[in-house]
Amino acid sequence: MLKLRDGIVELYKKVATSLPPDIEDALRSALSREAEDSPAYSSLSVMIENVRLARDTARPICQDTGVPVFFVRVPAGLSQLELKETIFDATRIATAKVPLRPNAVDVVTEKNSGDNTGAGFPLVYLEETSGGTLTIDLMMKGGGSENVGQLYKLPIDELKAQRDLDGVRKCVLDAIQKAQGRGCPPYVIGVGIGAAKDQVTRLAKDQLMRKLTDSSKIEELAKLENILLEEINGLGIGPQGLGGRTTALGVKIGVNHRHPASYFVDVSVSCWAHRRGRLIW
Amino acid sequence: MVKPVELNLPLSVGDVRGLKAGDIVTLSGRIVTGRDRIHRYLAENRPAKEEIPFELSGAVLYHCGPVMEKSGDGYRAVSAGPTTSMRVEMYEAQIIREYDLRGIMGKGGMGEATRRALKENGCVYLHTMGGAAVYLADRIRKVPGVWKLEEFGPTEAMWLFEVEGFPAIVTMDCQGNDIHGQVEEESFRRFSDLIKKVSSKS
Repeated sequence: MLKLRDGIVELYKKVATSLPPDIEDALRSALSREAEDSPAYSSLSVMIENVRLARDTARPICQDTGVPVFFVRVPAGLSQLELKETIFDATRIATAKVPLRPNAVDVVTEKNSGDNTGAGFPLVYLEETSGGTLTIDLMMKGGGSENVGQLYKLPIDELKAQRDLDGVRKCVLDAIQKAQGRGCPPYVIGVGIGAAKDQVTRLAKDQLMRKLTDSSKIEELAKLENILLEEINGLGIGPQGLGGRTTALGVKIGVNHRHPASYFVDVSVSCWAHRRGRLIW
Repeated sequence: MVKPVELNLPLSVGDVRGLKAGDIVTLSGRIVTGRDRIHRYLAENRPAKEEIPFELSGAVLYHCGPVMEKSGDGYRAVSAGPTTSMRVEMYEAQIIREYDLRGIMGKGGMGEATRRALKENGCVYLHTMGGAAVYLADRIRKVPGVWKLEEFGPTEAMWLFEVEGFPAIVTMDCQGNDIHGQVEEESFRRFSDLIKKVSSKS
C-alpha cells in the first residue's frame, strides 16, 4: 500500500498542476471562435498561458485545489477500508508536497484541519469491479463551480418544465443562466436524472469524468447533449462571464430509472480548469 | 490589443473617477487580500483602523485565498487567483464605506448594494482572471505581511501583497456601469426566448 500511496500523491500532483488534453484542446478551439479584440479572446489566451505555466513550474493551476473527489473501482479481495486509509494518507502528504491549499473546514469549530482531511473529506466513492485492475479516478472540484450547481424537481411551473427531456433541457439552461460568470466559465456540465436526490447528484458528478469527445450511448441523450451545448453557448455569457461565444465546453447526461412520482435532475458544474485524472494499478 | 491603464497604488478618488467599465488596467504597489472570514470580521467586529496592520484607506481589497509557501523568514505566493466575489455581497458596501477602499478585486462581479457603494464612495470593482492563479501569482513580487494568520488560517487571512503589472478589467465603475449586469440582462433575454421556443414546440 506504500507504493500505491505514493502513486496517489503523484496523481494529486498531476491533476492539480495540469489539464487533461481534451480540455486543453477544447480551450484552444474556443479561442479560434472568439473575436480577437474581445474580452473572451484575451481571457482564453490567459487561461491557456496559465495552463502552460502551471505545468512547466509544477504549481497548482488554480489556488482553489478544491474538494478531492475519488471514484475508485476495486477488484474483489482488496480491502476497501485499507484503500480509503491509503487515500487519506496520500492526501496529507500531497497537501504538503504539491502543495495544495488546505480546504477542509470543521463546520462546528470553523477550524481548518490543515491537511485536506476531515469528516467525508476527501470524498471517496468505492465500487467493486469484476476485473483484476484497481482504477482510481480523481477530480479536484473547485468551490466556485460547485456552488453554482442546482438540484431540480420536475415539474417546475415557472419554467413550464414538464417531466420529460424538454423539461430537463430547461433545467440545465436555467442553472447556467443563473450561474453567469460566477463559477469560472467556459463550463463542463454534468447532468444526472433519476428517482432520488442523493442518486442524481452523484450521477451528475460521474458525468464530469467522461471525456469531452464521449457521447451518450443513448441516441436521444446524445442529441440532447449536443443541443444543450449549442444553446448554452448561444446565451452569450462567455469565458469569465464577460460575454462571448463560449460558455460551455461540454454537456454530459446520465440517467437512472425514476419513480413514477419523482423526477429529479441535478446539474453539476465544473469550471474551465476541469482537473481530473486516472491512476491504473 | 488595447494598452492597459497603469495604476499605481494606493489610489486616489481622482484616479478612480477617471476609470470606466471596460478599461483594462494593471496594478502596481500594495494590495490586501480578504475573503469570507475577513469580510465578516470587518463588518461585525468593526476593528479600529489602528488594529489593522495595513493601511486600508485608498487600498484595493482582493478576494483571494492563495496557496502560500514558507520562503526564508516570510512567504511566497504559489498560486493566487480570485475567488467568487458575490459571497461577500452582504458585507462589502459597509466595508467600502468604513475603511475607505478605492478598489474591490475578485471575479464574477457583485450586487446592487455594492454597485451603489462604489458610486457613493468613489470605488471600482475589478474583475481578474478566475483560475489563472499561476499567471497572477507571478505578478506578486513580495509578501510583506499577513494579519489574522493564526486565527483564520492561510486561506482566510489578510495577506499584504506587493504586485507589479497585475492585470484586471474594470467591470463596475463609479458611474454605476456594470458589465456583469449587462451580460446577465442580455443572456436572460436569450434564455427567455429559448424557454418559449422549447415550450411551443412540445
